[in-house]
Amino acid sequence: MPKAMRDVFGETLCELKENPKIVVLDADLGSATRALKFKDVCPERFLDIGIAEQNMVGIAAGLSTCDMIPIATTFSVFITGRAFDQVRNTVAHGNLNVKLVGTHNGVCVGYDGATHEAVEDIALMRSVPNMVVLVPADAKETEMAIKAAIAYKGPVYLRISRIAVPDIHGDDYKFCIGKGEVLRDGTDVAIISTGIMTSRAIEAAEILLKDGVHASVVNICSIKPIDRKLIVEVAKRTKRIVTVEEHTIIGGLGSAVSEILSVEWPVPIRFVGINDEFGTSGAPEVLLEKYKLTAKDIIRAVKSF
Amino acid sequence: MDIIELKKIAKRIRLSTMQMLEKAGTGHPGGALSMVEILVTLYFEKMNIKPHEPNWKYRDRLILSKGHGNPSYYAVLSEKGYFAKEKLSTLRQYGSILQGHPDMNTTPGVDMSTGSLGQGLSIGCGMAIAAHMQHEKFRVYVIVGDGELDEGQNWEALMSAVKYKLDNLTLIVDYNKLQINGSNEDVMGIAPLDKKFAAFNWNVIRINGHDFRDIRNALEMACSTSGRPTVIIADTIKGKGISFMENNPIWHGKIPDRVQFEKIFRELEGDI
Ligand SMILES: Cc1ncc(C[n+]2csc(CCOP(=O)(O)OP(=O)(O)O)c2C)c(N)n1
Ligand SMILES: [Mg+2]
Repeated sequence: MPKAMRDVFGETLCELKENPKIVVLDADLGSATRALKFKDVCPERFLDIGIAEQNMVGIAAGLSTCDMIPIATTFSVFITGRAFDQVRNTVAHGNLNVKLVGTHNGVCVGYDGATHEAVEDIALMRSVPNMVVLVPADAKETEMAIKAAIAYKGPVYLRISRIAVPDIHGDDYKFCIGKGEVLRDGTDVAIISTGIMTSRAIEAAEILLKDGVHASVVNICSIKPIDRKLIVEVAKRTKRIVTVEEHTIIGGLGSAVSEILSVEWPVPIRFVGINDEFGTSGAPEVLLEKYKLTAKDIIRAVKSF
Repeated sequence: MDIIELKKIAKRIRLSTMQMLEKAGTGHPGGALSMVEILVTLYFEKMNIKPHEPNWKYRDRLILSKGHGNPSYYAVLSEKGYFAKEKLSTLRQYGSILQGHPDMNTTPGVDMSTGSLGQGLSIGCGMAIAAHMQHEKFRVYVIVGDGELDEGQNWEALMSAVKYKLDNLTLIVDYNKLQINGSNEDVMGIAPLDKKFAAFNWNVIRINGHDFRDIRNALEMACSTSGRPTVIIADTIKGKGISFMENNPIWHGKIPDRVQFEKIFRELEGDI
């Protein structure tokens, strides 16, 4: 059974306690984000800030200027939305070494519904200068992305899903900020995806193969900075692109890919993502169907060329 | 330092502030003038700093949360030697190290970028928590405007500072009673400030924010208070030092005309 990505987050935090600079901040959601795991092993560097996300981000900013590495955690909608001004004006403009982690995002938040389902967080964070945006696709990549974020000096937004997805990466997987990854090679079309959608992209590519369609699958965890070179390369090779994300199609991965290709190598692109709507309540799998975020929907996009 | 000496410095700072604003033709005089004595006492008497090593790890920190007041802040920093006095005339100009609001990445001596009101106290809490975690002795000062206290984030931060027993953190309210739209009480109403801070369990000191002895004593009391943070509510006059600007909200973000500047420089230079 693959691990839920938020569980990996909690476990990785515990591992990181050996680094005396790490401070974990929580806004009363540590049981859900798994940040509380860190409190169990390192209470002296765990800060319960209460339901005050703006204050949490400010405190993180202050800590970072005194040589600590603060990790501010809550749901994506609150850390990128409620505290946007603090993130933009203090953390990003100051280029501060603050790590912002949202563990609940997209429609996979599920039953809590629209108010808790960030569908625009990537767009928000990507639009802010200096901000690095990482969206891991499975348990191993989650662990590696957290470690890369800590090793990097500067502001990072990590979008970590609350759910489990099939494992894509082996134990020897190395992740590098700014680098994408080709998971499958094919010359008919390239499916460029991020986060929990990457395993669905692989599933789609396998089904397409049975129909004689050879699809590349490219996983982009580092949405910003993005691997321009790789994206142009696959566009040249496949001439058709489908982007896939559990996020609004406005401003997310699809937009990032289009911004590059429209200048450097224009090819037709189809977008699989949330179509300018809010989420709603329901089981994650039901919602992924409703918002057209399944392998079937990826295949339909591929066949629409 | 001798009070007479501090007064002389304050006069020079007011003069520099108005010269900068005249040159820039844009900026905020009122709130810059109300906190001059506070800044001068902090930088010339109280804070443990090394102007020639602005990022010295063990320095005391200051966050000017009311970032729009920065002309007098920049004048103080340059008077302390953080950067050359000639830079003052570049305020707000393209390419200047002196941005329209404090920028920690361009101005030596600025410990935190500000401009979006209401954030400084949270940041100060973070710095003060770091000092405690590292068992370091440095202190953190945060200056907020009174209108700025409309922002809810301040009240979140007030609770955090008490929870984490931040006796190394001092908040100074530049209580000039005015914000952009007029008096604090007409705009929203922040009084009674002392009771509010006391209810949040802060150590509260109220002073005349233009009296060096008052400021000195209050800062001293803040240092010797242990287990909780101190707020100094400094009664001040917006536009202080320039007769026609005092207590008039129109001078929050307005630049005087040529004739008015002549009068200003006569008043300020006559003083020196
Ligand atoms: C979040 C935010 N909202 C609005 C402003 C615009 N603004 C700049 S100064 C100011 C009034 C500040 O009043 P006060 O805090 O009393 O400052 P002072 O009187 O000391 O100048 C406002 C509303 C801002 N800079 N930040
Ligand atoms: Mg005021």
